[in-house]
Amino acid sequence: MMKTKYDSIIIGGGPAGLAAAIKAKELGLKVLLLENRDVLGGIPLQCLHPGFGLHYFKEDLTGTEFIYRFINKFQEMGIEHFTNAHLTEIENISDNEKRLKVITSKGLQNFTTKTIIYTTGARERHLYEIGITGKRFPGIFTAGEAQTMMDIYGIMPGKEIVIVGSGDVGLIMARRFALEGATVKAVIELMPFPGGLTRNVVQCLDDFGIPLYLSHSVRRVEGRSSVEKVIISKVNEKLEVIEGTEKEIKCDTVVVAAGLVPYIKILEKIGVVKDPATKGPIVNEYLETLIPGVFTAGNALVINDLVDHVVEQGELAALGASEFVKNDGIPASRWIRVFRGENVRLLVPHYLSGKRDVTIYARVRKPMKKVTIRFPEIGKKMRLPVVKPAEMVSVRLRKEEIQKAVDRITMEVLSNE
Amino acid sequence: MEKKKVVIIGAGVVGSAIARVLSRYENLEVTVLERNIDVGWGTSKANSAVVHPGHEDDQKKYPLRAKFCAKGNRIWHSWAEELDVPIKWPGEIMLAFSVRDLEKLQYYLDLAEKNGVPDVKIVYQDELRELEPNVSPDAIAGLWAPTAGLLAPWDAVISLIENSVDNGVKLHTETEVKDVVVEDGKVKGVQTNNGFFEADIIINAAGLYADVISKKVGINFDITPRKGEYYLIDEDVKERVKRIVHQVPTELTKGVYISETVEGNILIGPSAVNLPLDAKDDVSTTEKYLDYIWESAKKLVAKLPPKSSVIKTFAGLRAEPPSGRWIIEAYDNPKGFINAAGMRSPALASSPAVAEYIAKELIGKKLGVELVEKKNWNPYRKGIKKFKILDDKEKERLIKENPKYGNVLCMCKEVTEAEIIEAIERMKKIGIKTISLDGVKFRTTSMFGWCQGSFCRVRIARVVANYLGIPEWEIPVKDGKTSYGVGDVKAFFNTKQGVDEA
Repeated sequence: MMKTKYDSIIIGGGPAGLAAAIKAKELGLKVLLLENRDVLGGIPLQCLHPGFGLHYFKEDLTGTEFIYRFINKFQEMGIEHFTNAHLTEIENISDNEKRLKVITSKGLQNFTTKTIIYTTGARERHLYEIGITGKRFPGIFTAGEAQTMMDIYGIMPGKEIVIVGSGDVGLIMARRFALEGATVKAVIELMPFPGGLTRNVVQCLDDFGIPLYLSHSVRRVEGRSSVEKVIISKVNEKLEVIEGTEKEIKCDTVVVAAGLVPYIKILEKIGVVKDPATKGPIVNEYLETLIPGVFTAGNALVINDLVDHVVEQGELAALGASEFVKNDGIPASRWIRVFRGENVRLLVPHYLSGKRDVTIYARVRKPMKKVTIRFPEIGKKMRLPVVKPAEMVSVRLRKEEIQKAVDRITMEVLSNE
Repeated sequence: MEKKKVVIIGAGVVGSAIARVLSRYENLEVTVLERNIDVGWGTSKANSAVVHPGHEDDQKKYPLRAKFCAKGNRIWHSWAEELDVPIKWPGEIMLAFSVRDLEKLQYYLDLAEKNGVPDVKIVYQDELRELEPNVSPDAIAGLWAPTAGLLAPWDAVISLIENSVDNGVKLHTETEVKDVVVEDGKVKGVQTNNGFFEADIIINAAGLYADVISKKVGINFDITPRKGEYYLIDEDVKERVKRIVHQVPTELTKGVYISETVEGNILIGPSAVNLPLDAKDDVSTTEKYLDYIWESAKKLVAKLPPKSSVIKTFAGLRAEPPSGRWIIEAYDNPKGFINAAGMRSPALASSPAVAEYIAKELIGKKLGVELVEKKNWNPYRKGIKKFKILDDKEKERLIKENPKYGNVLCMCKEVTEAEIIEAIERMKKIGIKTISLDGVKFRTTSMFGWCQGSFCRVRIARVVANYLGIPEWEIPVKDGKTSYGVGDVKAFFNTKQGVDEA
């Protein structure tokens, strides 16, 4: 067992983790990164499609290109790391000392660190969580598993595909299957609007003639020894099934893209408090959780729409870790709580100090045109032509604005009409 | 010494328990035939996993169930130790919500005495809530049976077969009995898709298909598939039960149970629905009965885990005999044919006692075979080392010895590459021809957790593929017919474009 004290240990070598590690090292911290898989890069490695980096690099890159810019930089900087490393336990010894237990092929390792940046990404919701019944067949995959199969391992999961869920992951996988010569029979969406970005609906479905069934629920998967068809029904505005609207779609493969959940079980075990809306930790403006010295970023914090936001968050968490190490904690005389107001489904961060500018990342509950984003307590307003649940709204609040608040700031999304 | 050839049809928990008991004898040559690619894949893999105490069956109605359950329950204590099968003994509480239910508790308390089930008693308010803090506030009393246990039923089968094979039993998977050959009123053997197996004694433990086998020798009954659906809940939920909690049984079923499995998950179910005789492969779940189970479970406990913590729903089929009576018999005609059929609940608990009975009473006495004990019979079998539950020193030692222990593939259940490889080696050792992802799953609990394999299945498939020297997409998932993928990504594309033909 070895013992070295780090300033910051980053858990997870995807975009948030790599960006955090690079930034932390640049800020002069002693850094270690732990990655569970055999390679660095995380999910973007298997994203062969473009749309990455438009904000961060002002370029349109594929996921693979995007992440290799970080991997290459990380490696050039010689940042200490382990791949195939599995974190089993965090022991929160004090605000300034955390002990990590890690399984690696070189043996069990115990590391101590002042701060942790937790960037493990998200887990996919699967069939059983969304109430689909039927047999447990081979041929039912989550979108992420199907993507890993195709674009890391070169395995074709099936030939006639039904995709459950029209979030970006579902849309992108529809196109991915179509590009490999599979027939995508349908994308099924429970809500009356698509879950993903408009550009993805156009480029992934419309351009390939793939039908999208809005306001439909997948009821059952049927077949004898493998998937043969799915049964879908229409739903009403309360999302209840309308009896008598059953329709079957023949297929050999069902791909479930029913959303993501932050993967933070180990953080929960040390008492990190979760936000029921984001299902990720409650954090302050440095993305520090309610356990001092434990930071989080990327999809482990909140399910993001763009990888650009993910790396921004990684860098912010690194800045937080650096402040923490310098000052023995995040200095703040008071914390202003940010609340969700009308048509705001979720937002991060939850607490602001007023000592620095902060970007609020939020998602709306329902789509709306011509809206005003309003923070009544500080008198801030901005207009947007359109908001959608699929697209995060990010708003920069200047510290002078935040300072106007007494103890709370509410974010509202209101119609101009 | 003249050796008797014994063929056991079916490698479920009943067939496997019989195989183990018969492997003790020098003069028996035992072969187990299983139609699936792996063992324990029928009724044995999807049930409540309860080692019942034995106080729920009335001797008058179900004489064999009443006779063997308590005894089997006792034997499981020593078997689990010998076979290194994880087992626990939380005890069970049958809950009463009304005066009528209370009368039922009294009825089962009387049965406990008749069936020789120890320490069963009715508990009220404080004692009830001390035994199970999460019991429903509406419960007025409970029948406490401290001898109830839980095990992973597939572990039970795998361990029984491994131990049997170590003691000379031959296993033939993917071997389906087509006919039973009888001459001069005596069994001669079985015809299968895999050739003819000679036999002096044939034991029919074919589960859901035991009726089909029995009809081949003119002993007619039907086995009805009775479906039970279940929810499996994430191991980290706060809303738990210490005991096995269930409602007062009905004619059809022992009712809905809530328990904490040996893996630490919460299991809720089953329903009980008779299916048509030709629906012996219908293990689909249904909205209707899953809803029924959830509503029933709500009544049992004060706090049910949230629906969002469900990691799996599944269904199993029980082999229901006419009038619920087990058919455990040796016949005069054809001589040598033994049925262990219709083994619905409590078969898991009873299987060791049933196996002993078949050996001593049916083979020994009824068929008059003198049973000669082996001198070198080995009762012990070690399970696959579960890395997750070892202490740090042992983990450290194992990684040093084999770095594959340091490669955790299944994050949720912390299963290492070394355990995956050991599972494959063990499958090969007992004679399994088709190595499948489900075979690996049941032996290691990988792909069993929160993510249901969406992170790790592909990585585990690579380990299996490398070991077997086949492409990953070809790895069977559930049976020999279903593979993980349909081909190589580009090969499929090329075929479709006619490139391959060019």
